[in-house]
Amino acid sequence: MGVDDTLAPRPDAGLPMWEYQESRENPDLAEVRDRSGLWINGEETEPLSGKWFSTIEPATEGHLSMVAEAGPADVDRAVGAARDAAAEWAGLPPIERAKSLFRIARLIQERSRELAVLDTRDGGKPIREARDTDLPLVAAHFFYHAGWADKLEYAFPGAAPRPLGVVGQVIPWNFPLLMAAWKVAPALATGNTVVLKPAETTPLSALRLAEIAAEAGLPPGVLNVIPGAGETGAELVGHPGVDKVAFTGSTQVGKEIRRRLAGSGKALTLELGGKGAHLVFEDAPLDQAVEGVVNGIFFNQGQVCCAGSRLLVQESIASEFVDRLRRRLSTLRVGDPLDKNTDIGAINSAAQLRRITELVESGQEEGALIYQPPCDLPERGFWFPPTLFTDVSQSHRIAREEIFGPVLSILTFRTPDEAVERANNTPYGLASGVWTSKGSRILWMADRLAAGVVWANTYNKFDPASPFGGVKESGFGREGGRHGLAAYLRGVG
Amino acid sequence: MVEERVAALSTRSIKREAKMWALRAAISMTDLTTLEGMDTRDKVRQLCHKAIRPDPTDFSIPPVAAVCVYPNLVGAAAEVVGGSAVKVAAVSTYFPSGQAPLDLKIAETTQVVADGADEVDMVIDRGAFLAGDYVKVFAEVAAVREAAGDACLKVILETGELGSYDNVRRASTLAMAAGADFIKTSTGKVSPAATLPVTLVMLESIRDFYRNTGRAVGMKPAGGISSAKQAIRWLVLLNETLGLEWMTPQRFRFGASSLLNDLLMQIRWLGTERYQSPDYFTRA
Repeated sequence: MGVDDTLAPRPDAGLPMWEYQESRENPDLAEVRDRSGLWINGEETEPLSGKWFSTIEPATEGHLSMVAEAGPADVDRAVGAARDAAAEWAGLPPIERAKSLFRIARLIQERSRELAVLDTRDGGKPIREARDTDLPLVAAHFFYHAGWADKLEYAFPGAAPRPLGVVGQVIPWNFPLLMAAWKVAPALATGNTVVLKPAETTPLSALRLAEIAAEAGLPPGVLNVIPGAGETGAELVGHPGVDKVAFTGSTQVGKEIRRRLAGSGKALTLELGGKGAHLVFEDAPLDQAVEGVVNGIFFNQGQVCCAGSRLLVQESIASEFVDRLRRRLSTLRVGDPLDKNTDIGAINSAAQLRRITELVESGQEEGALIYQPPCDLPERGFWFPPTLFTDVSQSHRIAREEIFGPVLSILTFRTPDEAVERANNTPYGLASGVWTSKGSRILWMADRLAAGVVWANTYNKFDPASPFGGVKESGFGREGGRHGLAAYLRGVG
Repeated sequence: MVEERVAALSTRSIKREAKMWALRAAISMTDLTTLEGMDTRDKVRQLCHKAIRPDPTDFSIPPVAAVCVYPNLVGAAAEVVGGSAVKVAAVSTYFPSGQAPLDLKIAETTQVVADGADEVDMVIDRGAFLAGDYVKVFAEVAAVREAAGDACLKVILETGELGSYDNVRRASTLAMAAGADFIKTSTGKVSPAATLPVTLVMLESIRDFYRNTGRAVGMKPAGGISSAKQAIRWLVLLNETLGLEWMTPQRFRFGASSLLNDLLMQIRWLGTERYQSPDYFTRA
């Protein structure tokens, strides 16, 4: 167990700051009902399973709503509704599908403040991120795919794109509404019908999305939302009425799904875990790289599949760079996610907090040095302070395993070759970031990094037009752009 | 990432007491400025009275940091603010272009100090800088530094003419190394004048210079900052880059003219939750 004494705050590390007063977004902007049923065939419905579970506010551990849990009969009902709606939806003039998606996008924009509050309360993310990142991207995904709906033949010249049919989608809790949008928008634009299972800790915004879609005139059965835990997801992906499965979540579950679907004839795309690396070269603009690294690992408390959870910094600047990072960490504001000035909110669940804590302990036990800036964490709720590890080796668990928390493991490299070797020395391959002033080096690195996304002098840049996805154990298939459409069509090669 | 960082910090929500503190701090950090061809002694005299007592109905409002005027009007300003807390700042070195021989710039600086300027706002030779003649830029700042004696030296980079963040950073470091007490974005005669991203780059340069030399240099954005809302964004940027130790008139200034009355209006609003007519705020 080691605490890095040389990393204790120095005079320039934790400068006293002007205190901002709490500026809290109104939690009542989002209506939260006592009971949230399943959404099947265009209406809210009681679960045949008879089961309900509580979804809580991770920042307070307070109960929010009782949510219906879909059992096998409910999954069957939802898939049946999607199946019944499939032919008519696929047969509509494509411009009609486009109109529905446009209307959904507009309604999301109109109700973005409400939806941001809902995701913040249910998931724990800072309202600033929900408001400024998640919601604009959610609307953008619907707008973007609305534009494609009647132009699919132009996206795939010479092909005759046709929908796959019924799509079963399982999404994670880190970006509840945004992941729903990533899944639902392209599936609907391409003429498929959807059964969506949101994560059990964050089901509320997906259910609200279904209501919005109905309000926008989406025909019943085209979008069904069935909350539940892993069993519900397994039931959905295994259901014989499902033609395609799209899953975002852990690599472990992704592997199980792939095994399960082998030989079934179902199409599959997987967006799984990651252990993204920042590669900071000595000629990088250091303050900008610090900003990028901070954004890369502390955005959404690090609960991001493409989080830059490893920092590989050139040895010649390592000490200075870590100094700068430490100073920057001391300015992060951790606390109430509804406070508009909060930078780091709550961890999504007790289970996730346990996992982060366990991995951080393993880092200390294995000899890495921990640094956490002084910060007052609320007494109730699930919290973890921003954390840096130095003296990390490739063999440490914190360098190999996905932590999915606000924890950065710092390693060094000496040459570009070594940087590539270390960055690629992981079973994952989702994202990485290269920081250098030299354009030729960016291209050289991008050719060699085994990652679905390589960001150059930036990080966490998302756009519906830009395909996103992984290589190796980070999954296959792309979301966004023309490539993302292909994942929901047959006849496109 | 400069723009991203600025965008994120621009969403900080500053309310109630924190806002009141910021508004009052911003007043005390203002260099109340008039730099027009039509400036007269009486115009400057009016400005100076406003500087000493920004709100004649509220004595709790602090005076501004300085008045900033052309060399010709230093004497007129010193007559009024002499003995008060308000300093006299004079633009110098053939402001705003700086296109003059060095001995004239030195002579001008010597003159304004002799006439009673406490602070000298010089411009760098952007022509020399963009031609790559950094030695000349450095030598000029150093020479003016010497000519200014004990006066506070603010070095205007005119970032709107420098063309890149790399250049802003280079010019910042150069000015600080040559002896600047403050680095300043703009003359106000060139667009764009002060922007938040350029200010962030300059603040980061100041941070690095402090880290490397132990000398704390101040920052003065100038030009185009006319509302309290904008000023608070600058203070947030300052706070989260350099911290509270820089949030004093000794280390941070706003070069502005119409900003002052908006700050006063917002203070009145915070006290009463009502906007008072602009007629209630004196215009200098």
